[in-house]
Amino acid sequence: MVTDQAAANEASPDRRAPAGVEWQEHPDLRLIASGDWIVTQLSGVTGQLGAHRTERARLDVSHMGEVDTAGAFALARLTGGAAALRNSGRDDLDRLAELIERSGEPEAPRQTRPHGLFGFFVRTGERVETLWHEAYGSMVFAGRLTLTLGHTLAAPRRLRLTPLFAMMEAVGVNALPIVFTMTFFIGAVIALVGANLLTTLGVSVFTVELVGVAILREFGVVIAAILLAGRSASSFAAELGSMRMNQETHAMQVMGVDRFHALVVPRVLAALLMMPILTFVADIGGLVGGLLVSWITMDLSPTFFISRLIETVELRHFWIGMSKAPFLALLIAAIGCRQGLLVEGDTQSLGRHVTAAVVHAIFLIIMFDAIFAVIFMVLDL
Amino acid sequence: MSDPGNGDAAVPPICVRGLRTAFGEHVVHEDLDLDVCRGEILAVVGGSGSGKSVLLNTILGLKEPDGGAIEVFGRDLADEKARDELERRAGVLFQNGALYSTLTVIENVEAPFLEHVRLPPDFVRDLARLKIGLVGLEASAGDKRPADLSGGMRKRAGMARAIALDPDLLFLDEPTAGLDPVGAASFDTLVRDLRDAMGLTVFMITHDLDTIYAICDRVAVLADRHVAAIGPVAEMERSDHPWIREFFGGPRGRAAREKQS
Repeated sequence: MVTDQAAANEASPDRRAPAGVEWQEHPDLRLIASGDWIVTQLSGVTGQLGAHRTERARLDVSHMGEVDTAGAFALARLTGGAAALRNSGRDDLDRLAELIERSGEPEAPRQTRPHGLFGFFVRTGERVETLWHEAYGSMVFAGRLTLTLGHTLAAPRRLRLTPLFAMMEAVGVNALPIVFTMTFFIGAVIALVGANLLTTLGVSVFTVELVGVAILREFGVVIAAILLAGRSASSFAAELGSMRMNQETHAMQVMGVDRFHALVVPRVLAALLMMPILTFVADIGGLVGGLLVSWITMDLSPTFFISRLIETVELRHFWIGMSKAPFLALLIAAIGCRQGLLVEGDTQSLGRHVTAAVVHAIFLIIMFDAIFAVIFMVLDL
Repeated sequence: MSDPGNGDAAVPPICVRGLRTAFGEHVVHEDLDLDVCRGEILAVVGGSGSGKSVLLNTILGLKEPDGGAIEVFGRDLADEKARDELERRAGVLFQNGALYSTLTVIENVEAPFLEHVRLPPDFVRDLARLKIGLVGLEASAGDKRPADLSGGMRKRAGMARAIALDPDLLFLDEPTAGLDPVGAASFDTLVRDLRDAMGLTVFMITHDLDTIYAICDRVAVLADRHVAAIGPVAEMERSDHPWIREFFGGPRGRAAREKQS
């Protein structure tokens, strides 16, 4: 069905020749095609494809090798329509012309986004609207979460213990070493900086108080929360998101399994229960770091460090730090779960929501910590 | 489709000899031979777990064979060059379309062009639109993302991407599964028309007896770890193999046969 030359070319693609085109004005407008008009050989003739020709040209294919749909399409463009490809004396071209005609002339349904000043207003408006939807969605989520947590409290038998304990292990126990290590170094750095500054003032023993207050009141809980956001908010979002992509959440819904009960509550409760423990370990890590640095750089013995810590740093600082833990845990877990449940079908949306989970969580951790600081200051604590 | 006078054309596009594949202890294929002729539509059938998809993946180079040889266009697949050529000259429609979910349909169809040829973007876009029109999708579907399409539309979009570069070899993995009967029938017509117009060789995994009767030139039956029988449908109907008899002689097989005659 194809010419001998074409068949030979097809069997060994290395011998293919680039497509060429030559125009002949007399006696009539005629396009002489040469070479192989296949998609890999077209780059030489595409320069002429820019404008649709208004006049119809006749087609001479006596020098043409192989042709495929891309080639036939280019020929149709050059000769002013697929109809010109017919009756060229080649069966394959006829069939390709039919295919192209059936597909219809490709229309360009290009969407143009508004630009300029108008575009600016449009985009601003869209953003404000998304912000409003986001705020509304968060409130809906918070409401449902509160309701489901209330249900769980009222009927503790509905609580799914196995996932809860699995989550507690993943969220809490497995995070203990890294939380301890991180705050250990933070404590060490505070002690180093404090020692340098306070020694110049001649009150180097105050390093103990600096480390104690900073770690117990702020850093312990904040570092633990940031780690929880990085480790767990992201994994909550990714887990729930891929379940959504896999339609698992739909399957739950039709089975009558409440998604909040089955997925969100165990995660939120696990974070809520483990966060105080993480905070406690973080506090210990920070104090140990400070103690070691004080011992090495200033020769404050561990016994002295501990007794001075108990003497001067009031217990309320520890409780202030601890009191923030459940709030932050709730916030982090809820954001992770919410972002996970927002994932749509495509992989990009999964990535976007996992990122959003971590970024929103860390942002809110810092913001809430600041709010707490103000509240405690007003309360004179 | 091949020119009988030409020696090169006699080389089968796919030639499998003594193939052995296994996952650990579990042997999927043992001593499997298969030839696919130029320009034919070959249906590969077999029960669940008979290794149809594994065979497809092995021919595509996605899985290493544990023994035997696979030649594509007369070159051994173990050869790097043969794999490059396969990438260029073969189109694949995966079972669920395997469209890139972050790209729109038209960007999916453009992807092979961007990878393999250098053409002006406008021309590529128009070509992509042409292919989308060819597989029977509306032009407006081009700007949608795969997640927004129905299953049948996703298959068609996958088909548009598979035929983007006018492949010589088209692999279809259960192309009509999950389509409604009308959609499946028009998909069959599409495959046959494309084969006729573009001179494709089609390697199709299918369970659809209607498809087999309507458009397939030959059927290869995978059973007992190798190709138990291969030949035109009429030949299969006369087979003594119990699975083949059950497959073609069952009520569905009879219904499909009556529909054709």
